[in-house]
Amino acid sequence: MNQTLLQLLNGLTFAALLFIVASGFTLIFGLLRIVNLAHGALYLFGGLVGYTAATATGSYVLGILAAMAVVALLGLVIDAGLLRFVRGNELRQVLLTLGIAFILNDLVLVLWGGDTYTVPIPDMLRGAARFGHIFYPKYRLFVLALGVAIFGLLWLLLNRTRLGALIRAGVDDPEMVEAMGINIRRVFLGTFMLGAALAGLGGVVGGAFLTLYPSADAEILVFSLAVVIIGGRGSLAGAAVGALLVGLLNSFGQVWFPELSYFVIFGPMALILAFRPLGLFGRAT
Amino acid sequence: MDRRRFLEITSLMLAGGTSALASAREAQAESAPIRIGLLAPLTGVVAAGGKEIVNGFTMFWDSIGNQVGGRKVEIIVEDDASNPDTALQKARRLVEQGKVDMLFGNLLANTGLAVANYVKGNGEPYFIPVIAADTLTQGGRIPNVIRAGGYTASQFSRPLADWALKQGYKKVATVSQDYTFGHEQCGGFAQTFTEGGGEILLQLWHPLNTSDFSPYLGQLSSLGVDAIFAMETGADSARLIQQYTNFGLKGQIPLLGAQNATDQSVIRTMGAECEGIVTSAQFAEGADLPATQAFVKAYSAKFGKIPSLYAFSHYVGAMWVAKAIETIGGKVDDRKLFLETVLKTDLPNSPLGKPVHFDAYGNPVYDVFIRKVVKNADGKYWNVPVDTYPQVSQFWKYDPATYMKQPAYSRDFQGIKKR
Amino acid sequence: MSTPLVSALPPVDRAAPTKRVLVWLCIVLAALLALPLLLPGYQISIATQILIFSILAMSIDILAGFVGRTPLGHGAIFGVSTYVVIYWTASLGGSLWVGMGLGILAATLLAAVFALLAIRTSGVYFLLLTLALGMIVWGVCLRSTGITGGENGLRGIGRPGFLVDHVHFYYAILLVTVPVTWIIWRFVHSPFGLTMRGIRESESRMRSLGYNVPLHLFLAFVASGFVAGIAGALYAVFNDFVSPSTVQLSQSVSALLMAITGGVGTLFGAFVGATAIILLENVVSVFTARWPSVLGLTFVLIMIFAPEGIVGRARILLAKRRRRS
Repeated sequence: MNQTLLQLLNGLTFAALLFIVASGFTLIFGLLRIVNLAHGALYLFGGLVGYTAATATGSYVLGILAAMAVVALLGLVIDAGLLRFVRGNELRQVLLTLGIAFILNDLVLVLWGGDTYTVPIPDMLRGAARFGHIFYPKYRLFVLALGVAIFGLLWLLLNRTRLGALIRAGVDDPEMVEAMGINIRRVFLGTFMLGAALAGLGGVVGGAFLTLYPSADAEILVFSLAVVIIGGRGSLAGAAVGALLVGLLNSFGQVWFPELSYFVIFGPMALILAFRPLGLFGRAT
Repeated sequence: MDRRRFLEITSLMLAGGTSALASAREAQAESAPIRIGLLAPLTGVVAAGGKEIVNGFTMFWDSIGNQVGGRKVEIIVEDDASNPDTALQKARRLVEQGKVDMLFGNLLANTGLAVANYVKGNGEPYFIPVIAADTLTQGGRIPNVIRAGGYTASQFSRPLADWALKQGYKKVATVSQDYTFGHEQCGGFAQTFTEGGGEILLQLWHPLNTSDFSPYLGQLSSLGVDAIFAMETGADSARLIQQYTNFGLKGQIPLLGAQNATDQSVIRTMGAECEGIVTSAQFAEGADLPATQAFVKAYSAKFGKIPSLYAFSHYVGAMWVAKAIETIGGKVDDRKLFLETVLKTDLPNSPLGKPVHFDAYGNPVYDVFIRKVVKNADGKYWNVPVDTYPQVSQFWKYDPATYMKQPAYSRDFQGIKKR
Repeated sequence: MSTPLVSALPPVDRAAPTKRVLVWLCIVLAALLALPLLLPGYQISIATQILIFSILAMSIDILAGFVGRTPLGHGAIFGVSTYVVIYWTASLGGSLWVGMGLGILAATLLAAVFALLAIRTSGVYFLLLTLALGMIVWGVCLRSTGITGGENGLRGIGRPGFLVDHVHFYYAILLVTVPVTWIIWRFVHSPFGLTMRGIRESESRMRSLGYNVPLHLFLAFVASGFVAGIAGALYAVFNDFVSPSTVQLSQSVSALLMAITGGVGTLFGAFVGATAIILLENVVSVFTARWPSVLGLTFVLIMIFAPEGIVGRARILLAKRRRRS
């Protein structure tokens, strides 16, 4: 019983992190039609910027802010500086971001040297909380709460603000928005930067309990891909459901079918892609 | 550009791009430099360790003025990219184009095994201070592959199991990376521990690069074991130790580990969560031995960090082979003589602090330290010896011939004695 | 929704190569035959590697260039063939020739499974689905330690005696590469190949013309897997070692990059692309360990400036010149 509860919590907290990272991915995919294969690299880069800032200032919050700012700037450079040359061709965009991922990862190796880093967290989040017989890390509970909060904020942004309305309209029909005289490019760029910043946030939050190391980028990217493909591009609810599914499959899959741990995640993803290419919540355009 | 032109340019590029190595094709006079090819992962997952391989290795050769047995020493470093296919390609290049006299290095077992398979065919001497796969100095021995400065995977976990029994631990669970290196280190522990009367309650195997250990820690926490043996390397180790603390297990259940679990490469970026973990190895950077401390001091001064296993084992490996080259007056071209001499060479005063020699299978016999992580005077964490097992060979207390008849360790065979 | 990587190149739709092309091909072939006279041993093994990866890049081109489906999982199909050959020869002690046949068969079957799942999708979804399928193969190879040796991989038993010499082996691979290339050339210029290109340009039009589009896509994928399997089987003999890194994503990525650099839809571009990437890697690594950056930069630059690849670009320039004259 305790065992199941513990695994459930593990799945939920991991899902919260996946949601934070994948929500940025799905926004970019949904609105700009870009499968950003550099998203994992932005996660790792952001995490390490956050680590450096948090270590230097002693403040976890400053670490998060620094990471989000730096990665949003990187997003600006990638979107306005490189992707603009290949607009309109989805495949060229995907492969371009793949190239960017290689470069960013190598840059990470040059700047941080490939050691394993852990983002320092505030004292109040250290250690384990106790519920009856079981101990659970406070920090992971914080990540769960943060994931829920980010979901709430993004939901408000998308459903209660003018910008959100534009983004949603852009997901459904970019030509129409453009025809209404709105500079959709600015909305696109803003979305790309927001999506990137979410990857940076994920890097700091995840870097504090999953650590940051070379290849962390590929792992989180693959998880994010699974989340977004299962959930459907551009859908916030889809990202949340996808993250829950992948988080729980990962946690229970490792206990129940340790031999098949990759299959447990990619099997459902492949099936969904094959039979519902737009994902559970995706809509055709 | 037509195709003929293209081909011309292609061959020019081939010739030009590799001109750095082309000078090798001169005749190998005795006075020509001894060429050593060092394969290290400078990019990829274990790039940090690869850098230390280069540091430790070149630090030794620098210390003797890059000269041995009357010949200059030339080191050619190639990046194996933490990838066996690349390692193989670079090994081919070093041997076939660079004409090196010997190969050294590699970090990941798969890269080492790939290169070992290659040199099996051409007899090139290959020294592996880090590659620990049991088979290379046991059943699948290749005469020109020698583990100078290194150890077999199961070698050090046996004395640790013996020590654990002495502490009164009766029930232990193991958690390990799911690949041969893990199977072997765990196997050494499980076999010795159960043969000595202990019991292994559960063995967990997780994929390399597991980011989230919570599913495993969840299972371990409620078992009621006296201790947990963790076989982890690199980032996995850092995460396990961290999450072990966060789940409140630190202080409740003692954590034992194989050598890599608390290597400097893991603990130098960690805080108090690594304190108190007990592991076993041929080297303890906190050992109060003059040779060890002199080396640790020199290395730290030069590179700003306490040496890890990648650095010290390549330093020791280089020192060992250099002593053999000195003995034969630089005649490394006589491969048979060279390899025989290396195997006969004893190393009395290396940074390990204790004398070492090879067994008949190309694997060193060491005094093994049982080490505990403590904070040193500078506020850094390091491993200090709490016990020593003298003269531990890869065969522990077994007869080599009998031992090699048992199956190789795997997920299914851990040598566990049933009661 | 399905945007091919490049839209139609100037047509060269002739079932038989023109005289001009034939003369060129003879020159290239002569050069390839003479190569061992020019290059020392190690570089011949690089040339051998280039030939093997050219075959892999051609297999990708069948899909990316001729039906407009860009795959990112061909490393897995290639590597499964390598695994089967080495497992058959080293672990089971079987004959190399049978092993190579089995390896190619395994790759073809795997491609058939991939195809069944993937042909319903196109564009980025096709790319992502093949990526996911490739990841599954990688995961299975990594964790089935009993069969695949897990992370450590499997070691082969060495090449047969008459292939140990670099030059002999080079000629052996060339002897396979030439007919394989010829067969693929015939395949993509057959009526079937014309239908494939029709699908690339407009699936709906082909459907309304009464073509069985899914069947054509399926068969094109299986044919592509068959060719990738040949490359994988040859790689097994070349490398004599296999590990999960042979089936991992980066293998699929670099093979796709070779196909793109050469020019998708050009077939012979595969040779140019494989040559360019492998030479670049060998040259760059002499000077710097920053190969991943160079690789990434190559990807970025090609996507921005020359998505039609070297041969594709050359063909466009030639067509322009011809029109002007």
